[in-house]
Amino acid sequence: MWRIIHQFGSPPWVYRFCDKVIPWLMPITIVALLGGSVWGLLFAPTDYKQGDSYRIIYIHVPAAVVALAGYYVMALAGLVSLVWRVKLADTAMRAAAPIGAAYTAIALITGAIWGKPTWGAWWVWDARITSMLILFFLYVGVIALFEAYENKTVAARACAILSLVGTVNIPIIYKSVDWWYSLHQPASIKFTGSSAIDASMLYPLLGMIITFYALFALLMMLNLKQSLTEEYAQSAWLNKRLAA
Amino acid sequence: MYFDSVADALAMSGHGVFVWGAYSISFVIIFFVLLRPVMSIRTLNAGIRQEALRKQSAQVAQQNAS
Repeated sequence: MWRIIHQFGSPPWVYRFCDKVIPWLMPITIVALLGGSVWGLLFAPTDYKQGDSYRIIYIHVPAAVVALAGYYVMALAGLVSLVWRVKLADTAMRAAAPIGAAYTAIALITGAIWGKPTWGAWWVWDARITSMLILFFLYVGVIALFEAYENKTVAARACAILSLVGTVNIPIIYKSVDWWYSLHQPASIKFTGSSAIDASMLYPLLGMIITFYALFALLMMLNLKQSLTEEYAQSAWLNKRLAA
Repeated sequence: MYFDSVADALAMSGHGVFVWGAYSISFVIIFFVLLRPVMSIRTLNAGIRQEALRKQSAQVAQQNAS
């Protein structure tokens, strides 16, 4: 067990791992992304109340779900970097930030587009939407904060603290539809009890959620590989690997 | 397919602009976050390989000179 944890702190091991996984995860994810979109766009039935505009759900919900989960990944990496001073954890934290920002942007933009035909407005200062916007600023904040410091060790520590403080926003986003009167509908899929969504719509949605998780993992590995290549350009192990 | 024709699928009874627009924007964003590290790794690797070649040829030149 400790050996496995130890390996996660070793840059050459992580680089090799990413190098092995990316070539098969990339095609699988792209095919699943296109397949899931076609399923949701063309084969899932129309919603009786919202008509076809509901089809945005197959991209909006997965993006939002993984944007929240991705924040935990970033904050956890920040915690490890802050407490144990593992340099790779700091790299992982910075790898997660742009992906999270992109996912949150997708959730916000598709939400706005969905809002127009459904609520009659592109944007409302609703609890769910506003807390999601704060999530976007937290992700962008981590990226910007790192760039703002000349000393990268201090920058990493500041980013880790910001991402940890920001975790308070995640349960707020999650619970916002229950705590406040909100235009945003509550969750249709529940882990406990029955879901308020038919199987013909549920399966493509679950498929897309899994695909968005896979895409997150893929992007994470790509960003990690990029950062490691940058940081260890002079190292013997990377030079040997690239020469092979 | 759920729709009767391609035209129906594009129109989505008036919601087509919203639905296809949302998917298009999302795919553009995904395309860019995917492409950025891939291109960056390619450039970095090319730089590292070039540097290694440069060092190697410098070494050979030094050996020949001595």
